[in-house]
Amino acid sequence: MLTAVLLFLPLAAALLLLLTKGATARALALGASLIEFGLAVYTAFAFKSSGAAAFDLNYSWIPSAGINFHLGLDGLSLLLVLLTTFLVPLILLSAFKRNFDNPTAFYALVLFMQTGLLGVFTSLDAFLFYFFWEVALIPIYFLAGAWGGERRVAITLKFFLYTVVGSLLMLAGFVYLYLQTGPAAGSLAAHSSELSAFYNLKLSAAEQSWLFWLIFAAFAVKMPIFPFHTWQPDTYTDAPAPATMLLSGIMLKMGIYGTMRWLLPVVPLGVSQWQKPVIILSVIGIIYGAIIAIRQRDVKRLIAYSSLSHVGLMAAGVFSLTATGLQGTVVQMLAHGVNVVGMFFIADAIERRTGTRYIPDLGGLTRRTPVLSVCFLVMLLSTVALPLTGGFVGEFLLLAGVYQYNAWVGAVAGLTIIFSAVYLLRMFQRVMLGPDSAYSETITDLTGGELLVLVPLIALVFWIGLFPNSFLHLSDPAVTNILTLAGR
Amino acid sequence: MTSIILLSVFGIVNLFLGFLRSNKVLLPGAMLLLLAVFGANYADWNSEPASYFNHMLVVDHYTVAFTGIVLLTAIVLLPFSRSYVTSGEPNLAEYYALLLFSLVGAIMMVGYDHLLMLFVGIEILSISMYVLAGSSKRDSRSNEAALKYFLMGAFATGILLFGVALLYGATGTFALSQLAAAVAAPTNASLQPMLYIGILLMIIGIGFKVSAAPFHFWTPDVYEGTPTFFTAFMSTVVKTAGFAAFLKLLAVALPAAQGFWMPTIQAMCALTLLLGNVGAAVQTSPKRMLAYSSVSHAGYLLIGLVASKGIILGTNGTTSEAASAIFFYSLAYSIATVAAFGVLKLVNDHRQNDSYAGLNGLGRTNPLLAFVMTVAMLSLAGIPLTGGFFGKFFLLAAAVGQGYIGLVVFAVIMSMVGLYYYLRPLIAMYLRPADDNATPVPVDGIQSATLVVLALLTIVLGIAPSFMSGLL
Repeated sequence: MLTAVLLFLPLAAALLLLLTKGATARALALGASLIEFGLAVYTAFAFKSSGAAAFDLNYSWIPSAGINFHLGLDGLSLLLVLLTTFLVPLILLSAFKRNFDNPTAFYALVLFMQTGLLGVFTSLDAFLFYFFWEVALIPIYFLAGAWGGERRVAITLKFFLYTVVGSLLMLAGFVYLYLQTGPAAGSLAAHSSELSAFYNLKLSAAEQSWLFWLIFAAFAVKMPIFPFHTWQPDTYTDAPAPATMLLSGIMLKMGIYGTMRWLLPVVPLGVSQWQKPVIILSVIGIIYGAIIAIRQRDVKRLIAYSSLSHVGLMAAGVFSLTATGLQGTVVQMLAHGVNVVGMFFIADAIERRTGTRYIPDLGGLTRRTPVLSVCFLVMLLSTVALPLTGGFVGEFLLLAGVYQYNAWVGAVAGLTIIFSAVYLLRMFQRVMLGPDSAYSETITDLTGGELLVLVPLIALVFWIGLFPNSFLHLSDPAVTNILTLAGR
Repeated sequence: MTSIILLSVFGIVNLFLGFLRSNKVLLPGAMLLLLAVFGANYADWNSEPASYFNHMLVVDHYTVAFTGIVLLTAIVLLPFSRSYVTSGEPNLAEYYALLLFSLVGAIMMVGYDHLLMLFVGIEILSISMYVLAGSSKRDSRSNEAALKYFLMGAFATGILLFGVALLYGATGTFALSQLAAAVAAPTNASLQPMLYIGILLMIIGIGFKVSAAPFHFWTPDVYEGTPTFFTAFMSTVVKTAGFAAFLKLLAVALPAAQGFWMPTIQAMCALTLLLGNVGAAVQTSPKRMLAYSSVSHAGYLLIGLVASKGIILGTNGTTSEAASAIFFYSLAYSIATVAAFGVLKLVNDHRQNDSYAGLNGLGRTNPLLAFVMTVAMLSLAGIPLTGGFFGKFFLLAAAVGQGYIGLVVFAVIMSMVGLYYYLRPLIAMYLRPADDNATPVPVDGIQSATLVVLALLTIVLGIAPSFMSGLL
């Protein structure tokens, strides 16, 4: 029951929101998302960590086809639910300051998307998973399209087509798997789309080999992994800041989560076969994203490429198929979610004040904005993976995992830390320090409302950095379970 | 059966109502009448199959279910004829009468048990549509559409009739069940070529009516020229009835000739998907796009015919997956298409702009219309949360279950092309600004209520499909 409430509360709020206007809409949206976060925290306390899914909810959805409305939470799902419910109120809060048309529709879409995201993280039925996967896409298309920058039409179209083509391939893979299953116990249907039924399939290595790419297509586009990333920098740059935060902070994790839950244990032989090429692609993505980031002159675009580089490391960690690598991915999903949202928020704060995000136009902003500078620096250092911050724990575990797979690959992947220090610190230097620019004297510091967004983010950065075990112990049984199913 | 009588009688009554010269009475009158017919049709549900006219027409689950779709489509379409009422259209009574008659034809096409009944049904439906296509008398495009439709349609009907005659010559019967037996156990081998030519000609004739490639070429021009209200009728009622008839012909009368028609239908299916989708992608007006999209949907429905493998009712009395899928798909498609054409008609009447630009900024000026259009487009594209997704899913799953992997892969690739053109109205509505002097499109209460119902139905079909998918 709890899972159902958790899933449908944002949707109900979104529908209710359409009846309201102005300040009421804002209060309702924020209130609903905070209640949602409270519920998620309550769930976390009620949660007993084990490999199996808790809070199981299973209704027959399309009985004739053996498709169930099956939700459940294990440690991995729970952490992502927490991340989603934690970030959505902050993203809503960050949108309050912006001046845009029809804010009510905007908040409603964000909440609608939250339902889609939570559905993805809790579904235990393949069709339900696909269903929510697409449900999460529709609102973000409109968020990025209707409120985006100048080139939004072409860019969101590209984004939409990329992701939908990826997910159709995934659906094709799921349908194939579904047709291989037998009937579930007590069901009239000939097949079952339950996750557990997929786990029990013992398909031949040849089948798994092509199934791997069908299913992985959707995840690879969503993360995105090199060379499926070409939609990402444009979309991140042109979407309005809150939509970018949703995309980079949460939506990207759908791909990684999907890989862990729906790929590794479902086609383990296919995974072992393609492990090496995928890790090499991931590492290429790390280096490629970092090198392009160095050359960027647009703050938002730079962060987009930095995100591309970091997600490459997470993908490599998942495909290292080691407990360390997977646990590192889990922590890094949380840390990256927090970091990237913080970074985009600050980039947006600077852009709103100065009207530009072009790095050569900026400089010497720090004198008038001590608080902003400190917040920026904290987020940045966590992204660079400085010890004590969340980014450090994640990247350290990830690199350790990749190193266990292969020392050389680990060494190359390790360059990410050096590279990100180069491009991020250089950006900080040129934007905040350096010679004065036209805005150095006029820029104002963060307001209380903006601090309200940043303080929780910063707190979480240090929490993950100092007490990673409070999260790791939740995901540990789930990760072990995934690796067992994947035959490791 | 009651529905056929009611529709015929009311159709004639309607013609006389035209003498009253009061258009205000006509719309609510026709609406109530259709609701009554829908009720009468519903009353036949779950009763024992009944046979009429010396076994020429049968009323069973299949007939009632498809008749239900046809009637429902007509009911939800009627409110969009409102502009004829307000503009004082002098021939409105005749239009409604022809619509009612064409519904009689559609029901006969759905319920036929005898090839002559099929022919009569198709003719009743088609002749009404020829007239309605040209109903905008002063518009040369409407005249062109009517003439084209009539010439092509008459030709296709001739071919169909020739096919019926050859079938009769080869088997000595028009009745479906006897036909099936005669095809399964031919008595005279020298008549076999005649049988096959007959089947082929019938496929061509019906293929024309449902606009399956390569017999689809008339569709875009006719759809474009015909007044939008009647285009919506054409692309839903005609298609649903046509496919119900097609499925019945192949599965009841000709299952034994499967080896012959299966490759033909498969080739038609692939070609229809290709030409429909690629054709729709290059259109510049939403109405023409919807015309090509209706061709592409004929392609998806043809997959259902392939997957049915000539079976509607299985040996254990349950409906075959493919037949259920065709029913569900027709329903979801009809609802979404009526919604799309309804919005398009309202917007075009007001803005007088046929291109995609005519939809610009609709999200701002008329959020409701834009939302309904969005739901309709997503449903036609087959995105989850809408009925169209489950329609496609059931059809493709049935085809995969029968082992037609290649066809399904092709259909999936084609539906990716579909995404591109179904997004274009959305882009126009939400991402492009309206003209500076754009005013909201006027919509009356019944029209908005109908549109809301259509959008909700589409979403309900997309969330809880089982209440409809198990119907047939």
